Amino acid sequence: MEIIMSILAGFLFTVGLYLILTKNLIRIIIGSSVLSHGAHLLLLTMAGLKTGAPPLLGLEADTYVDPLPQALILTAIVISFGVTSFILVLGYRTYKVTGAAETDQLRGTDTDE
Amino acid sequence: MFTILHLAIIAPFLAAVLVPLLYKFIPRIHTGWFVLIVPIILFSYFLSYLPDVSGTGSVMKTFEWIPSLGVNYIAYVDGLGLLFALLITGIGALVVLYSIYYLDKHKEQLNNFYTYLLLFMGAMLGLTLSDNLIVLYTFWEITSISSFLLISYWYTKEKSRYGALKSLLITVMGGFALLVGFVLIASVTGTYSIRGILDASDQLADSPLFLPAMLLILLGAFTKSAQFPFHIWLPDAMEAPTPVSAYLHSATMVKAGIYLVARMTPLFAVSAYWFWLVTGFGLLTLIWGSLSAIRQTDLKGILAYSTVSQLGMILSMLGAGAAALHYDSVDNNAYTMAVAAAIFHLINHATYKGSLFMMVGAIDHETGTRDIRRLGGLMTLMPISFTIAVIGSFSMAGLPPFNGFLSKEMFFMSMVEIAHFPQYSVDSIGILLPIVAWTASVFTFVYCMMLVFRTFTGKIQKEKLPTKPHEAPFGMLLSPLILVALVVFIGFFPNTLVPTIIEPAMASIMPELAQTGSFGVDIYFWHGFTPELFMTVGVVLLGTAIFLALQKWNKMHAVFPENRLFNQAYNRSLEGLDRSSHALMSWHMTGLVRDYFIYIFSFTVVLLLFSLFGTGAFTIDVENMVPVSPYEAVLSLVLVGSSLILMFTRSRLKAVIALGVLGYTVALFFVLFRAPDLALTQLTIETVSVTLFLLCFYHFPQIFDALKETKFHAVNFVISVTVGLTVTLIGLSASGTRLFPAISDYFLENSYKEAGGNNVVNVILVDFRGFDTLLEILVLGIASLGVYSLIKLRLAGGENK
Repeated sequence: MEIIMSILAGFLFTVGLYLILTKNLIRIIIGSSVLSHGAHLLLLTMAGLKTGAPPLLGLEADTYVDPLPQALILTAIVISFGVTSFILVLGYRTYKVTGAAETDQLRGTDTDE
Repeated sequence: MFTILHLAIIAPFLAAVLVPLLYKFIPRIHTGWFVLIVPIILFSYFLSYLPDVSGTGSVMKTFEWIPSLGVNYIAYVDGLGLLFALLITGIGALVVLYSIYYLDKHKEQLNNFYTYLLLFMGAMLGLTLSDNLIVLYTFWEITSISSFLLISYWYTKEKSRYGALKSLLITVMGGFALLVGFVLIASVTGTYSIRGILDASDQLADSPLFLPAMLLILLGAFTKSAQFPFHIWLPDAMEAPTPVSAYLHSATMVKAGIYLVARMTPLFAVSAYWFWLVTGFGLLTLIWGSLSAIRQTDLKGILAYSTVSQLGMILSMLGAGAAALHYDSVDNNAYTMAVAAAIFHLINHATYKGSLFMMVGAIDHETGTRDIRRLGGLMTLMPISFTIAVIGSFSMAGLPPFNGFLSKEMFFMSMVEIAHFPQYSVDSIGILLPIVAWTASVFTFVYCMMLVFRTFTGKIQKEKLPTKPHEAPFGMLLSPLILVALVVFIGFFPNTLVPTIIEPAMASIMPELAQTGSFGVDIYFWHGFTPELFMTVGVVLLGTAIFLALQKWNKMHAVFPENRLFNQAYNRSLEGLDRSSHALMSWHMTGLVRDYFIYIFSFTVVLLLFSLFGTGAFTIDVENMVPVSPYEAVLSLVLVGSSLILMFTRSRLKAVIALGVLGYTVALFFVLFRAPDLALTQLTIETVSVTLFLLCFYHFPQIFDALKETKFHAVNFVISVTVGLTVTLIGLSASGTRLFPAISDYFLENSYKEAGGNNVVNVILVDFRGFDTLLEILVLGIASLGVYSLIKLRLAGGENK
């Protein structure tokens, strides 16, 4: 399963990065979202899968899965949501102000003051 | 320990801090008067070291600066260092005094001027009184920077900026070479201390790094001391105010290179390359500088080239003096005289050249021009300036009874002596050395005469002068008068300097020889009918003839290649650098985010794969892996499917839905992998995200229109796949590797004990790593503030859509 999860994480990275590398603002936003999903799955996989019960002490299991990566991922999920929503609104506003939905239309030059 | 000596060295820096305050709050008194106190006190202080360094003595005080790196601030006062310290503070005091009358307190920005000047003074003291190469290098660069600031003091002038930049680029280039040279030396000898390196000089001489280190250090010294072909910065540096030219670009800073060569002589003198390079470039610079000087029409231009030429002369003497280190004792060692001559001339040059610069400044100040084609006949109008000019110039020309005559004679003598040096195949072309020296001296004589007679004799051309000429104020003449008094005094009593300054400085340059006895330097006018005397007579006769026929010689200028060649090389390379760096930057800095991402990710992938396989970290451990359940297989397929849709869809609604599906699938994975909190969070977040996308879509559907245009991009695809593969490989090796136990046991054990919570993840978030969560909330807060203001904020005059 670790192999599949590693491949899946790599796949999500591929898709996310491919989207980020396009010029389209919406694709870039979606891509960053996909990329963070990939990162979360990767973190979880690297910690080892299903090595025990969920880290709830009330279950009184013999072993629990590693709680630390979960805590990190939880933070990451929230942050990536913040980032996604911010760049989404930023893209929205950019489009409204400049009418550009592609990054190369937003390109500045050295002579711009 | 921090001592008064250290304090004395950094005193100018401390004073520099006070200058702007004094300028601001006491505007009625010329700031220079306050500044003047610093060099005077320091000069008297350093005079008190004279008894300590006599013979082979030295004073060393250590202050540990960065002890862990072995960088200590060791103040080291020996003969050579003290000579420079006295020059720096002595000439410094006179220059500050002069500047008080030269710079108008109402028109000029005195705070800048004196801050830079003090900065320079401190750096120069630090440079010459340091035992550590890194400290020396640091101060070396500060002198370059303060020189840059002082040249560009009148920064509104185009030429000032050009000259400042030129001097900075050339000297800093040399400074960099110097640093590399120092590092090479330290890598061989294992120490940055000059004492330690001199003790380990045998070790260095056998090392293959000996020659590279020597060349790099010479490059540093030659650029700083304006040696051919790096001399081109010095004439342009004359755009600085005259006190600066007198101080930095004649008496002190340009001699830092000479200081360095003198310091390094015991280390490198064993090499024939050292002898030929230092002597050769010195003589070349000497003749080139003097030939260039007679073509100048600007008084300061003449002085600039004459400085270049005289610096070359001092260097050539030091180079010839290196021959002395091939003998074990001072007995019958005539080459030590060349070193004595170098030091003596260094002092003499500072006195007469300083006075000449100040004289030229006075003329410029009172007549409004420095062009000798417009000047003339000032003898009766400016008699005191005329006296200064005569003494200074005749001393520079090498005429008795001034000090310049003495050192010029010693120079000829050492050049004649060195022609008989039995090593380095000097005997074959050695005869050229005195010939070059003599020829250059003829031209030196010519420009000295030009300086005096073109300015002060002939017919006065009042209509060509911007202002009505009159004698300069006494305060402006005081400093040059003191200097010419020294010129005469040293001329008549040169031997007062011998035991106090010259011999201790020689002992620093030739430490081993100094152990064997006194150098026995004795300087006097009349040596009898020696070759030197005839050479001087020849110089005077031929020089006078050339001076008288100079008008006809002007044709020679057209034939003789000018410095234009090197200036053009400098300008061209500067333009070339400018163009190529612009081309390079605009080639890779496209302004497209996509390209930057490509650089970042390609680099990351290369780095990660390299270390993954380079260190043999890649392993797959299949033993502990869990089997794949049907749920997981289905979820995986859904994940892949929705990602593929995201990747290639042209429909806006499909994109949003696929993103939602992807997020919920990840949440389900969290459930399967025993992470209930993550699953809950992910479900909530995903719902809000999709809503947000839909809202955006609802309010402004056009932005999604662009999705319709899609084109498969192969390069992007390859990069993405490579990154994905790297991630997969890292994920695989990570799950197969356990180098050390995870810290999760700690959390599992203490979660209930310490924090009273059963949900370990929650306890970690709000308790063990509470600060992370606090900052996370901060990030969310900033993001939401950003979102809110982006939607609501309408700046005045903004869009009206």
